[in-house]
Amino acid sequence: MPSLLNESRPPVFCPGCSHERITHALDSCFKNMGLQGNQVVIVSDIGCSGLFDTYFHTHAFHGLHGRALNYATGLKLAQPELKVVVTMGDGGLGIGGAHLLSACRRNLDLTLLILNNFNFGMTGGQFSATTPPAALVASGFLNQLESPMDVCQVARSAGASYVTRCSSYRKDLPEVLEAALRFEGFSLVDMWGLCPGRYTKKNKLTPKIIEEALGNMPPLEGPVKENLRQEYGHHYRELASREKPALPPLKVEAKFRPPHPGRQDVVILGRAGQKVITAGEILCLAGLLAGLWVTQKNEYDITVLRGPSISELILSPEKIGYTGIDRASVVVAIGQEGVDRRSALFDHLDEDSLVIQAQGVEVPPSKARVQEVDFKGQGVSIQDWALACLSIMATLDEVISLEMLQSALKLIVKEQVLTSALELIARIQVGDGLKYR
Amino acid sequence: MASSLLEGNEAIALGAFHSGCRFFAGYPITPATTIFNAMLRLLPPAGGVCLQGEDEIASIGYCLGASMAGLKVMTATSGPGISLYSEHISFAIGSEIPIVVVDVQRLGPSTGSATRGADGDIQFLRWGNSGGLPVIVLAPVDVKDCYHLTMEAFNLAQELRCPVFIASNKEIGMTRESIDMDSLVMPTIREREAPPPGEPFLPFEIPPGREVPYFLPIGDKVLVRQTSSTHGPDGYITTDPNQMAESRGRLMRKLHGAVDRFSFYEAHMENDADTLLLTYGVTARAAKDVFEERKSGRKPISLLVLKTLWPVPANLIKEKTKDVKRIVVLEMNLGQYVGEVRRVLCDKRVDFFGQMDGRLINPQQIKEVINHAQSIE
Repeated sequence: MPSLLNESRPPVFCPGCSHERITHALDSCFKNMGLQGNQVVIVSDIGCSGLFDTYFHTHAFHGLHGRALNYATGLKLAQPELKVVVTMGDGGLGIGGAHLLSACRRNLDLTLLILNNFNFGMTGGQFSATTPPAALVASGFLNQLESPMDVCQVARSAGASYVTRCSSYRKDLPEVLEAALRFEGFSLVDMWGLCPGRYTKKNKLTPKIIEEALGNMPPLEGPVKENLRQEYGHHYRELASREKPALPPLKVEAKFRPPHPGRQDVVILGRAGQKVITAGEILCLAGLLAGLWVTQKNEYDITVLRGPSISELILSPEKIGYTGIDRASVVVAIGQEGVDRRSALFDHLDEDSLVIQAQGVEVPPSKARVQEVDFKGQGVSIQDWALACLSIMATLDEVISLEMLQSALKLIVKEQVLTSALELIARIQVGDGLKYR
Repeated sequence: MASSLLEGNEAIALGAFHSGCRFFAGYPITPATTIFNAMLRLLPPAGGVCLQGEDEIASIGYCLGASMAGLKVMTATSGPGISLYSEHISFAIGSEIPIVVVDVQRLGPSTGSATRGADGDIQFLRWGNSGGLPVIVLAPVDVKDCYHLTMEAFNLAQELRCPVFIASNKEIGMTRESIDMDSLVMPTIREREAPPPGEPFLPFEIPPGREVPYFLPIGDKVLVRQTSSTHGPDGYITTDPNQMAESRGRLMRKLHGAVDRFSFYEAHMENDADTLLLTYGVTARAAKDVFEERKSGRKPISLLVLKTLWPVPANLIKEKTKDVKRIVVLEMNLGQYVGEVRRVLCDKRVDFFGQMDGRLINPQQIKEVINHAQSIE
């Protein structure tokens, strides 16, 4: 196979830079694998490793610092046949740390080539995530304060299934790269090298010193046995193929007449865990069954299972604009947190308004009719109070009819719980008559 | 009539899917998470990809890779996520990568209030990129717009090769509403344009008569280069000031020159009105209520609802306001777009009402603002 090097743009590195060796090793690797330029994309990071894509006749993607693995992931998932090679320096490791961990955990078929020369060459020799504390760099004393990272151990703990640590001066570097490219899964090659433009001006580092340093470390070359597993892309497509197609939105035909012709504004004031939002949805579906326009605006805090839960529901024969409710026709008061959050609502209730008040919940005085209900006495558990209130509204012929409610339940409640839901709405007793204040 | 009950976020997901979106990546954040949930239901069974990124930077980065590989892509977040998207938004602008970005706005600044609505990112979306080149921002009012404008956003992103934002709001995204899906009139779905066959391809060459380069995906037979650096037609770094000036100018021109074609709006004009309410997003709903109430009264008003916010549809704004004496701009922030309106209408009286307390601006407040404006006169 011919070389994939870009003849019109020969590599331009500082004299003695190990990146140049890696460039030629990568080209030999491509040649040995018989790859054509359009079968490969080089995704290059920032810094001197970011020059790699320009030196090859392949597809190329060069982006922001530390993000090369992001683009590579998108490219590979969209074009699974492409050979995706990422070139990144030790700078990119630091700024893109989260992405490195993620790539290791994911095991998508990418090859990450780390051009590790222990400093930020292009910006003037500042310290990176791999700079030894004893090194003299352009960051003053700051590197003395931090421990360098062994990216291979990090990758291994993060689940990388293929990790090689080697010198850029290894004679069989093309074969080392080829083995990584041929591996089906995420492969990482950490290549230690020299930065003559910056680092080795003040720090003694030679191929021999690198060789010795690597010799003193636990060797890592190739597949990491404990991390071997299915490749992400294949696995993704396998699991995705078992997913059922999403159902289109439920279409509800109008088949009932609502008990009142006009617009109805209902506010459910409860607390988290009372299925307030679900009850609101059921009320809206009941509205659709009567051919009404509906809106459901919800309010709750970010905490889960604590705090107020409020649903504002409008059912109207006219198109609905503003979705808030300042004057409610029905207020359902089933949780003190919700009532307290919206106590001002009660100032605007008039004689036509109805408050359904669960016993034990205090509500502010208002002009509205109040229907108090003893849910506990009727053995209704607190998470069913919102639904029970819909039944009370239907019994009182407010907003919805019983048949609207029953049909709405049948639309969304799963079969297993439908019977108990229908039983619940059938057995709720309104109790004593309405109280007027 | 058969109606469905949908929230704005679900409608955005459906609009995206029907536009041919087959790649979505996002990071969970209230109030945008339900877009991710919906895309996860829609895409994998259809052969598409839905990813949960390790952060927002990665999420939009995945999308940029997939977009350059030829897929229609979308991501969704809220204000804190837009902050993290910034570097990749700049990339998508400068390197002409089609992407739809949904911002379901919540009350800021910063983490602010996760479950409270606002329209506080309107200038941020425009200016939150390095280089200051224009973007497209569309603002839905209701569930129907969420569906429709998302489809328009996909079309614009492919056609103009740029990021297109949907500036939604918790109060639209997480509010459920009835919608008759069968009555929707959808735009024809448009695709990126491939170069004519047989001619040599340079990834950023602009053929005569065009402002947008042809597109081939990375992975095509023909080699494709993409770079975030300032590049010439061949996709290699350029240091030529003429090339730099030409491409920067074109990135501005291709959107500013086309905005009259995609100035989406809703106008309700009354002949006798001397006041026009100008607003966008969820506030338009309360404004419409006030318009309807006033319509039959002694002092009707006009209403202009902008659904394209950026580039500023200046011609539309001038045309619709030419017969009124005063404009009242309503926004769920402390005054952002009103600056654009004042710039466009420098010879008109432009009043402003804004609110940033997590509550919707209600019709009563709008009426008071109108009356106050009238009493000042």
